[in-house]
Amino acid sequence: MSNPIHDPLSKALDEQSRIEVKNTTCYMCACRCGIRVTLRDGEVRYIQGNPDHPLNKGVICAKGSSGIMKQYSPARLTKPLLRKAGSDRGDNEFEEISWDKAFEIMEERLGGLRETDPKKFALFTGRDQMQALTGMFAKQFGTPNYAAHGGFCSVNMAAGMIYTIGGSFWEFGGPDLDRAKLFVMIGTAEDHHSNPLKMALSKFKRQGGKFISINPVRTGYSAIADEWIPIKPGTDGALFLALTNEIIKQGLYDRDFLVNYSNAAELVNMDRESSEYGMFVRFEVPPEEGCFDPQNKLWWDRELNKPISTHTPGADPYFLGEFKLDDGTPVKPSFQLLVDRVKDYTAEWASSITGIPEETIKRLAHEMGITARDEKIELPIPWTDTWGNEHESVTGNPVAFHAMRGLAAHSNGFQTIRAMSILMSILGTIDRPGGFRHKAPFPRPIPPCAKTPNDPRAVKPNTPLDGMPLGWPADPDDLFVNDDGSPVRIDKAFSWEYPLSVHGLMHNAITNAWRGDPYRIDTLLIFMANMAWNSAMNTSEVREMLNDKDEDGQYKIPFLIVADAFQSEMVAYADLVLPDTTYLERHDCMSMLDRPISEFDGPVDSVRIPVLPPTGECKPFQEVIIELGSRLKLPAFTNADGSRKFRDYPDFVVNYETAPGSGIGFLAGWRGKGGEKFMKGEPNPKQWEMYEKNNCVFQYELPKSYQYMRNWNQGYLEWSKRHALTRYVEPINIHIYSEVLQKFRLAAQGKSDGKQPPDHLRKRVETHFDPLPFYSQPLESQATDMRKFPLNAITQRPMAMYHSWDSQNAWLRQIHTYNYLYVNSKTASEAGIDDGGWMWIESMHGKVRCLCRYSEAVEPGTVWTWNAIGKGPGAWGLDPDANESKQGFLLNHVISEELPPSEDGEHLSNSDPITGQAGWYDVHVRIYPAEPGEPKVTSPQFDPVQPVPGQAMEKKRGRWLTYFAGRKKS
Amino acid sequence: MHPAFSVIFLTTLIGAGQGLFLALYTGQLYSVFKVLPVQDSAHFYALGSLLAVLLLLAGLLSSFFHLGHPERAWRSAACWRTSWLSREVIVLPAFTGAVAVYGLIHYLGWNPVLYTFRETFEIDLSLIIGAGASLLGFTLFLCTGMIYACIKQLQEWATPLTVVNYTLLGSASGFLLATAFAAWEGSELTDFFGGWAILMTVVAFITRTASLIRNARIKHKTSLETAIGIRHARIEQKAQGFMCGSFNTREYFHGAPQHIFSLIKWSFLVLVFPVPLVLVSVGLSTHALSLLIAAFLVQYSGLLLERWFFFAQSNHPQNLYYQTVG
Amino acid sequence: MSQLALVIDLNVCVGCHACVTSCKEWNTSGTAGYMADMNPFSKDPTGTFFNRVQTFEVGNFPNTETVHFPKSCLHCEDPPCVPVCPTGASYKRDEDGIVLVDYDKCIGCKYCSWACPYGVRELDEHQKVMKKCTLCVDRIYDESLPENERKPACVLACPTSARLFGDVNDPDSEAAQAIRERGGYQLMPEWGTRPANHYLPRRKTSITIHEDELIRADNPLYKERQLPMPDADDPTLDETTSW
Ligand SMILES: Nc1nc2c(c(=O)[nH]1)N[C@H]1C(S)=C(S)[C@@H](COP(=O)(O)OP(=O)(O)OC[C@H]3O[C@@H](n4cnc5c(=O)[nH]c(N)nc54)[C@H](O)[C@@H]3O)O[C@H]1N2
Ligand SMILES: Nc1nc2c(c(=O)[nH]1)N[C@H]1C(S)=C(S)[C@@H](COP(=O)(O)OP(=O)(O)OC[C@H]3O[C@@H](n4cnc5c(=O)[nH]c(N)nc54)[C@H](O)[C@@H]3O)O[C@H]1N2
Ligand code: SF4
Ligand code: SF4
Ligand code: SF4
Ligand code: SF4
Ligand code: SF4
Ligand SMILES: [Mo]
Repeated sequence: MSNPIHDPLSKALDEQSRIEVKNTTCYMCACRCGIRVTLRDGEVRYIQGNPDHPLNKGVICAKGSSGIMKQYSPARLTKPLLRKAGSDRGDNEFEEISWDKAFEIMEERLGGLRETDPKKFALFTGRDQMQALTGMFAKQFGTPNYAAHGGFCSVNMAAGMIYTIGGSFWEFGGPDLDRAKLFVMIGTAEDHHSNPLKMALSKFKRQGGKFISINPVRTGYSAIADEWIPIKPGTDGALFLALTNEIIKQGLYDRDFLVNYSNAAELVNMDRESSEYGMFVRFEVPPEEGCFDPQNKLWWDRELNKPISTHTPGADPYFLGEFKLDDGTPVKPSFQLLVDRVKDYTAEWASSITGIPEETIKRLAHEMGITARDEKIELPIPWTDTWGNEHESVTGNPVAFHAMRGLAAHSNGFQTIRAMSILMSILGTIDRPGGFRHKAPFPRPIPPCAKTPNDPRAVKPNTPLDGMPLGWPADPDDLFVNDDGSPVRIDKAFSWEYPLSVHGLMHNAITNAWRGDPYRIDTLLIFMANMAWNSAMNTSEVREMLNDKDEDGQYKIPFLIVADAFQSEMVAYADLVLPDTTYLERHDCMSMLDRPISEFDGPVDSVRIPVLPPTGECKPFQEVIIELGSRLKLPAFTNADGSRKFRDYPDFVVNYETAPGSGIGFLAGWRGKGGEKFMKGEPNPKQWEMYEKNNCVFQYELPKSYQYMRNWNQGYLEWSKRHALTRYVEPINIHIYSEVLQKFRLAAQGKSDGKQPPDHLRKRVETHFDPLPFYSQPLESQATDMRKFPLNAITQRPMAMYHSWDSQNAWLRQIHTYNYLYVNSKTASEAGIDDGGWMWIESMHGKVRCLCRYSEAVEPGTVWTWNAIGKGPGAWGLDPDANESKQGFLLNHVISEELPPSEDGEHLSNSDPITGQAGWYDVHVRIYPAEPGEPKVTSPQFDPVQPVPGQAMEKKRGRWLTYFAGRKKS
Repeated sequence: MHPAFSVIFLTTLIGAGQGLFLALYTGQLYSVFKVLPVQDSAHFYALGSLLAVLLLLAGLLSSFFHLGHPERAWRSAACWRTSWLSREVIVLPAFTGAVAVYGLIHYLGWNPVLYTFRETFEIDLSLIIGAGASLLGFTLFLCTGMIYACIKQLQEWATPLTVVNYTLLGSASGFLLATAFAAWEGSELTDFFGGWAILMTVVAFITRTASLIRNARIKHKTSLETAIGIRHARIEQKAQGFMCGSFNTREYFHGAPQHIFSLIKWSFLVLVFPVPLVLVSVGLSTHALSLLIAAFLVQYSGLLLERWFFFAQSNHPQNLYYQTVG
Repeated sequence: MSQLALVIDLNVCVGCHACVTSCKEWNTSGTAGYMADMNPFSKDPTGTFFNRVQTFEVGNFPNTETVHFPKSCLHCEDPPCVPVCPTGASYKRDEDGIVLVDYDKCIGCKYCSWACPYGVRELDEHQKVMKKCTLCVDRIYDESLPENERKPACVLACPTSARLFGDVNDPDSEAAQAIRERGGYQLMPEWGTRPANHYLPRRKTSITIHEDELIRADNPLYKERQLPMPDADDPTLDETTSW
């Protein structure tokens, strides 16, 4: 007989085994919680949240807890693979090769491209957070064709807010739920900041705050909202504008805040004839040039009744009205323009668009305004603003907002998010207690300083790109276009089609490269993105494009390299497969140069340190980059004598500096020879060890007086300049009115010198680059016959699955094995569809057969499903008849990456015309029952693929999985 | 509940075994009191007991298929103080043993008369053993019935009718078998057994119908409101938390479509009651052995359906938690 | 007598399933393991879990509440699953009220699961013994763990701290206080099982606005001349009263 079970004191098992506990950082999703991994005899036995980690403070989510099943998944790739001669892309037929061979192939191919035309090499990375490295590699290579997932993810959120308040939700800031009294969450299902948001939500609710969720669907977080406000997708802009209208009408805005910290009172030139029309009037002194808002603008002072330099002590500007300068120029405070703008955006108007009752909209506005005004927080924290005024306290208005892809993933998202940012601003809730709070390195100037090249000549053989591959255009001259105004980049980012596409447009890269518009490329390297499935819009056709050949039998995209850790749908299309390690097997940085994990009260970055050796021949992709960079002799990876500069990635991280001697590297903690400095300092050979000792995080808590009002906080800005986060100690005033947008509009109107859009895009740019937010339907809605396709179709993130990653996970896949389309019970029954029955969902672009589930928690005009549960047959180490591929479906088949082509055959991306953000949630559909005789499987179905060589298949593919770490002999 | 075949066979087989033994013993008892003619010990009682023992053993064997760890079955005798299952586990072998001894005594003729009563009625050893065995037989009915009847929240079962029905249906089938057996043996007890079989089948019909009527009218104490503690007229499950089943969905849902469910109900009502009654009546009056055998076989197969239905009809409140895949 | 239990706060549970997989993870490779999975990578995967999170919709659109509802063994004070077990494999510990199964005694007859009204016992189809939530008995007394980690895996994992753990019979425990103060209730009280686990109901916060809060003296619209200031010519008390 064995030991009595459940004898808590019997550690017999553990005593016979080798137990180790190691800290690292989770990457079952991009939230990056600290984890503690317990190993028994070298096998993972338990992964728990690290209680000493600032981000998750010990909690962990469903995915994080299932990391073991990912580590030992049968989908793992373990060998470099080359597509078998004679097989087609998509067939998934490979032969094993050595890493040497793989590097040789890449070195030869990429070396050739670099010598001739570097832009023929394109590098796109998906869910990764090492853009600091991949972006640097692309720049060093000299290609402009680099982007990460932001463009198809949530760039609208980043851009809309950063171009308005100098920071944003996503990873750069968030709601201060510790102190908020009212919390409004819009279009968020799971968020990037998953665990911290959950922690904050429950704390907020327990403290008695009111939580409102605005979302067509009530699940997840919305489930625990005190009030659920169902809204029609794509209409939030209308709601925010109406709320703004009502708040202004009732005088519930924070006037003092707006006067001092925004451009609300600044005077705008209203002379239609002037080339300065719509620009702020400025007084003569030529300001210092730099990437910040020069402080030479004017208010209209009510005492003197004349213009006066902004922030003049004692001045009290008018907010409303129209005035004339001495030279006769008519001017208006930009707040007046906002009032003019929202005048017609009444609650009644918004009600008809959003489906929210008029009274509810008004009440919402009142609740926000009154809570902001009457529940004011005052913290005894003295601070000094950039105009030299000393403040005895920090005050705040406890109304917090949070929003994500429900706003972002619409093609009207940028302006919607601007509208939201303005709403947050007029309530006076920016970087103040109880409102929105920044996270380092934000706030940054509006827009931030990094720029792409603005000239095609920046791309030169054998030369690094002259500029960043991604940046923040501040005016038309910053666009990366050819002399004729056409795009330089393969994804057409930073062109007139999507001028502020600050994260690129990865979702169009394949289609563009296939079509050769704007040109053909040679080699496409895709890292950690499942572009043949989940991150492809129009998935079926994209798969065909990947496999499409010219008349001469050459692939239209000649060479495809995929760096993945698992047998994803994408892998099947690769010519060369590079097997990556898992997060438990590699070094990684969550770097200040990229997306750190900062907290409201100061910068935080973190690392991953391997807790296990690589499986099989897996090699961290970081090492691949370092090796390739060294082989290609890219300057940053090479010593002056041409020899290799960095031994490996850990060595690189320690020793790399953004510029020689800059003291800025990937990691901010323990810099300086002995680790005595932070943010900036010489390389420290013991940096990794120091991170390891400190739970793999570096956290710096700013002095209290630097923690708030950072856009205008002299102390903070100086600190941040000293520590190389920013370049200027200049106020970052909120752009209620956006001059940046007006500059593009002026160019489109032909009123400004400098770069001009091609004629066919003038109208588009003029319309969308409105300096004040406006409401328009998403582009796809405008192009859809709504009588034919009356419903909106959207997806949501399931909390227990990360994109397409987790079907390989034996535990998680039991929670979401396949997916239903959730339809309002009434809508479904009117369409003759049964609960649990088979049905079709059809858009202009395609149709999908799927299973229906009735729901009362979804707005009647919306249908939704969990994202990326459906899988290609045979992918992910699953049997071809697994439920994921037979009953599961991918909504992407009804979504298009392009708008219907115009009459002259022009193809525009189905994206926000400002930022290039993919309009995932714009699709309109109709639904109808499947015929009784139809097969009971989802449609479309694809040919099943076989496992690839090296997949740890045989071992795991049993009928039973009886996981017991350390292989207990029972 | 999901009807498990092991349990269906277990309960029907031992029911018939118990009934058969009780029939034999009743026969013997009557003959002691000279109401009925004495039967040949070795042949009639021993063979009859053997038949009963075989049924009981088959039942026991079948029960092992229900266990995850049959090799540990012996452990299940441990909790007779609280568990009806444990009690059944003790009583079933005891009863089987007693019947075997009873049969053996008859077979070996090792059956001393222990006591003569009023000089005419001879109380022999087998009669004493048989009395004990009968007691065990009835206890076994009680245990089997109580296994089900004691689970409060299975309201379809939690009624004395459950014990009554187990007893009556088991006995009826046993007596029917006894009838056929007697006819086979050419015994005079055929009509006697047949009469009892008819009587018991009729009474069982009444009690079983009573339980059907009762169950159709049950007001379940548990609703989604009490299950999750939220008071509202409209509560619907949207996700049970997993998609491809679990022990809780496999064990507690019969999974049969409604029409099969009612078909089985009507089939057992026909097969257990009227058909055997007709067969046995005609069989008795025409002395047709085959009809009597048929009567037993038909009723037994009806009982298999009856038992299926017994399980399937019972709604476990846990099912409220497992309504919807999503 | 002490009775350890979980108190689950439906007011904050977002249905994230962290408690589901952290439970599986801890228990499958701990003393309660393994917890087998069948068809792990093929059609119809299914396996043993001690804890499941379910979703219910209450009411009709637009007045719908979505309720996430985690459920594991409730460690009943009067557990019907225990007396019915023929082998004594199912038992309730005197010292802390935890209901456990001794896998070495269990014959896999499933009878205890019939007796449990809550559908929280699962027969491990591979090991063929009955399993269920152990309240992480092999964690909560483990003195090699720091004190604040001697809690069930699911409790430590839960990002919303919707799972409180403690002795519900100790009036001073966090769990008992929460039950007392926030209307903690039991599931299916009608069966007299007296579940030790309790649930805390939803609570709604709302904001009341009085009309006069919309018009106030410090309204910035006065400054912008958008709201009329009282006219100087209007009669005032000055003109009508003398004292
Ligand atoms: N319909 C619809 N589609 C959507 C969305 C939606 O809401 N609705 N959301 C969009 C959004 S926001 C995003 S961000 C995208 C995400 O889409 P993708 O970026 O395609 O994300 P995944 O599906 O997770 O695929 C990432 C790939 O990374 C691989 N991978 C996982 N771990 C590792 C690792 O450690 N190393 C390497 N090298 N590879 C690894 C996986 O195997 C997988 O092939 O999806 C988009 N697609
Ligand atoms: N568990 C898990 N976590 C993840 C991910 C994952 O795959 N799994 N993915 C990560 C990634 S890459 C991202 S980008 C983030 C995204 O985080 P979220 O933005 O929270 O993710 P989505 O699921 O896209 O949520 C969109 C929400 O907006 C709602 N919605 C859709 N259209 C509208 C609209 O027009 N108006 C309003 N008000 N609401 C609308 C949808 O109903 C949904 O609830 O999550 C990250 N975190
Ligand atoms: S939220 Fe993401 S990073 Fe955090 S534990 Fe879960 S999977 Fe890991
Ligand atoms: S972990 Fe917590 S929030 Fe998540 S489902 Fe479980 S109880 Fe609910
Ligand atoms: S399955 Fe095991 S624990 Fe349950 S009643 Fe049977 S022997 Fe007892
Ligand atoms: S919940 Fe069920 S298994 Fe747990 S103690 Fe109560 S009756 Fe027993
Ligand atoms: S207490 Fe332990 S065993 Fe019970 S549900 Fe929580 S984690 Fe699982
Ligand atoms: Mo994303």
